[in-house]
Amino acid sequence: MDAWRKKLIEDIDFDDKEFYSALGFKCGLEIHQQLDTKKKLFCHCPVGYRNDEPDAIILRHMRPTLSEMGTYDGTALMEFKTKKQVIYQLYRDNVCTYEMDDTPPFPMNQEALDYAIEIALMLGCQLVDEVHITRKQYLDGSIPTGFQRTAIIGVDGWIPYRGRKIRIQQLALEEDACREVEDRRHTIVFRTDRLSTPLVEVVTKPDMLTPHEAAEVDELLGRLLRASGRVRRGIGTARQDVNVSINGSDRVEIKGVPRTPDIRALTHYEALRHKALLDLREELHKRGITPTGFRAEDHEVTGLLKNTSNPRLRALIDEGEVIHAVNLKGWRELIRHETQPALTFAAELAGRVRVIACLDEMPNIFVLDGRGEGLGVEAEEHLRKEIGAAEEDTLVLVWGPAEDALTGAQEIIIRAKEAVQFIPQESRQHMPDACRTDFERILPGPDRMYPDTDSAPVAISKERVERLQADAAPCPWDREERYMKMKIPEHLAADLAIHPSARLFDQLIEETSLNPTLLAEALVQWQKAIKRDKRKVGLNISPPYEESLESFFKAAADCNTPRRALYYAFEKLLYGENAEPPSFLSGEELKALCKKVAREFADVRYKTRELTLDFLVGEIIEQSQGRAEPAKTRFLLSSYP
Amino acid sequence: MDEKDQLKGYRGRARKVLEYMGARVWAEVEIETDKGIFEGIILPRSEQADDLHVVLKLFTGYNIGLAVDRIKSIKEKGFRKAHYKIPEQEFPYDPAKPNVTLLGTGGTIASRLDYRTGAVIPAFTPGELYGAVPELADICNLKTEKLFGVFSENMGPAEYITTAKTIGREIEAGVDGIVIGHGTDTMHHTAAALTFMVQNPPVPIIIVGSQRSSDRPSSDAAFNLRCASNAAARGHIAEVMVCMFGPTSDTYNLLHRGTRVRKMHSSYRSTFRTISDIPVATCTPTEVKPLRKDFNPRRKDRQVKIDARFDDRVAIVYYYPAMKPDIIESLIDNGYKGIVIAGTGLGHVNKPLYEPLRKACKMGISVMMTVQTLWGYVQMFVYDTGRDLMELGIVPCSNMLPEVAYIKLGWVLAHTETREEVAKMMLTTVNGEITEREPHDGYLIFQGGLPEIEEFLKRGLR
Repeated sequence: MDAWRKKLIEDIDFDDKEFYSALGFKCGLEIHQQLDTKKKLFCHCPVGYRNDEPDAIILRHMRPTLSEMGTYDGTALMEFKTKKQVIYQLYRDNVCTYEMDDTPPFPMNQEALDYAIEIALMLGCQLVDEVHITRKQYLDGSIPTGFQRTAIIGVDGWIPYRGRKIRIQQLALEEDACREVEDRRHTIVFRTDRLSTPLVEVVTKPDMLTPHEAAEVDELLGRLLRASGRVRRGIGTARQDVNVSINGSDRVEIKGVPRTPDIRALTHYEALRHKALLDLREELHKRGITPTGFRAEDHEVTGLLKNTSNPRLRALIDEGEVIHAVNLKGWRELIRHETQPALTFAAELAGRVRVIACLDEMPNIFVLDGRGEGLGVEAEEHLRKEIGAAEEDTLVLVWGPAEDALTGAQEIIIRAKEAVQFIPQESRQHMPDACRTDFERILPGPDRMYPDTDSAPVAISKERVERLQADAAPCPWDREERYMKMKIPEHLAADLAIHPSARLFDQLIEETSLNPTLLAEALVQWQKAIKRDKRKVGLNISPPYEESLESFFKAAADCNTPRRALYYAFEKLLYGENAEPPSFLSGEELKALCKKVAREFADVRYKTRELTLDFLVGEIIEQSQGRAEPAKTRFLLSSYP
Repeated sequence: MDEKDQLKGYRGRARKVLEYMGARVWAEVEIETDKGIFEGIILPRSEQADDLHVVLKLFTGYNIGLAVDRIKSIKEKGFRKAHYKIPEQEFPYDPAKPNVTLLGTGGTIASRLDYRTGAVIPAFTPGELYGAVPELADICNLKTEKLFGVFSENMGPAEYITTAKTIGREIEAGVDGIVIGHGTDTMHHTAAALTFMVQNPPVPIIIVGSQRSSDRPSSDAAFNLRCASNAAARGHIAEVMVCMFGPTSDTYNLLHRGTRVRKMHSSYRSTFRTISDIPVATCTPTEVKPLRKDFNPRRKDRQVKIDARFDDRVAIVYYYPAMKPDIIESLIDNGYKGIVIAGTGLGHVNKPLYEPLRKACKMGISVMMTVQTLWGYVQMFVYDTGRDLMELGIVPCSNMLPEVAYIKLGWVLAHTETREEVAKMMLTTVNGEITEREPHDGYLIFQGGLPEIEEFLKRGLR
């Protein structure tokens, strides 16, 4: 697959403005980033991941409800059709009865709200004056309440990109959902550890005009969020959904893109999928298959196929399951219309059947248009005759327990009819190749939002905003520029601008006389290198708290610790030892050490006296753990015979 | 406030500003503020909220609040009033199915949301119920009657009496079962009251509610309603019972005898528990499985005894150490006729209360003793304190729950005020309010953390 995937992405210019502009390519991002709070958003559970065996499980089901505008949401109804049993895995230490939906929410975590306001300010958003907690319905079971508590904090922000503004539509503060463990047939299993972790959702307008731009802006926004110093890091702490549309198509969401670079190929092929579906619609219309001319029939054909040679079908008939044949009138060959690399329109049907009818053992449909897929040509001929299918018709077989097979047949008709009308607004998951996508659910609309009656609105006071404004991290690009003015090398300045210690760096530079480049190196590069070494020898040590870093570097500034000595002491600190940054050796100490070393190595003679001195100075610095001042040492040594 | 109010829920400063700008709720607007322009629909505001903000529904579906003092202008661009209505369809009638009457008292069993106050408004006509829970039509033919629209804390004697009389009328009219939609907080009070007021019913009388209102996808309302309707329509247990979640998982419900049930958690789904005994049955939307044999079976006759009366000069006194005599004295002074004490341990109070209690008994007030431990029996012979109290004339009420004793005493006092007769009626069991024996599994509060319990929890059974 790797070679195949390579073929799909190389030789494509993902920044070909002419091509994408002709297509009408538009892309927007939704970035979900967990906040680095100690506790969850609406209860007092600690945030944390679990991979051990759950302590307990409970079982629930979901039903759709009305929005306050008086309508049902389409996704909600679709997900209701799937009739899933939802199992939640619980942990005593970081899941309480709130996550179980057996206790109402506690007041919103104010630390999280502060962080969200800070980030909204960084993005130049207009803050709302009163935060209203809203319920966003999710009937897939990923949240035990059936809705996510979410609140808009700011709207209408922007970030600079390629000399223009990428508009930020909104920033919301919301609780994270469960992690899916397993989804088979009518049972879905969720782990609740991640549930209710505070996160910000940043939504951009569809201002990215090529797949390359989408990936770059995603990267940029990620940097910006990290620069806030308020977000969690590590696998699964940031996720992005990418919205794609082209001329004539509606928004489709690709959910949970795992890596930023994948955005390029995924959005490219998604855009081509839209184009293919638009072409298919034109072809259908040409054949007179229009919204009014669309005809489809559903036949239960279990009896007609009871002697089928297909062992899978025969086995399921024996088990009392049924087979439906959907006749799509006049569709001959069109189901074979390619929509994505090596995938045809049949994949669109199979996706719906898999998700909505819960028929997830693939293949879950057979397409019969003369080639006898799954049955043999003769059996297809026979079936066609029996149900009165014309030569230009296409049959789609779907099978399973009676209720599911019926749902499957109905979904095939619904999806086929949509192909005649529009490109459905779907949420799609990426396939393992990170190029193609598959159906996940109907894209929810505003009707799934309704106010949370369990929580009162929270007014954001002027004083609070002023306090946070003073506290908020500057934008990374502003920071980077400032760091470069301090003569910090460009790459180091870029890393530092989004580093968790950037805030500390700014403070130390302000309050001490430390050399900026040295401090930047220590905080960014040394920390990383030392931690990497430690991991190599199997040590797992948590990073020192900010306060201990602060007092360490302040002490270093006070006693003007030499670079080398600082490194040694810093290493100790990271190993969890009580380390004091030392000063230079006093004149007496240095003299004594020089004498000792000169005696020790009295025999060592290099070609020139200069080289011998170099060696001795190095040795003295090593023995003093960096505390010997090189120039002074050299001067002292040179006075010896 | 007037339903036609153009600024529903807004008051004070916010109302003034909006009035001045010519704004109204449900208008699609463009609001210009000193921060920029916001577009959306003006929503009604909760009356409890402050008078400094206007609520705007953005087109993404989110709500936000804007400070009215920052607003420069409001431009109305359209008008879109919400029609918050559960799709109403005619409830199908099938002569082969049993007939059930659903009596509504309020509560959240089937409801819609009032975005203005955040309150939940009951959806109640058969059509609305069918729209919300279409599965009901598979179970029975449903007729509904709205008796009241009150939260359960506002249910009281007058409501008990009306409900009991309505039940009598419906039974006479030939109904196959009765379901009562009720708020959960005082459901067990009502269940006890109806047990005393509707005696020997020939059909099931099922009280049902929900712990998660039906405006939530995770609501227990639909499942409870289906279980209750089935228990009423087809169940063979003709008693007053509460039908609520068994485990917190939605797998089955329990049918609790109306006199032995109590709400035991402020928010859990599985909050209702039978105390000092086992429940009558488990049930699902299709089945009722008895857990015991000593229930009153369904009958064909219509011989029900409606005895609906109540004297509300009754109080519960929840005893605490250092309680002062004036608590009892104030009840005497205010003309109370009955006092139920929830005493400590086996049924005790401190010495300073003896005097006013003696006085109460002397004045003809019936004083009953129950236990605040909820589980177990009153036993006043074990310690001197108990014997002293009985000497004063206090009647030990065996293992009657304090709330049940309160309801029963109110009901008894409406029959007689003679202390001896009151005591006799109190101790004569109508249906399970006193049981002669407590089975070994009548008291089970498992403690988490124990390995064998953790094993049980891992199987998802609680």
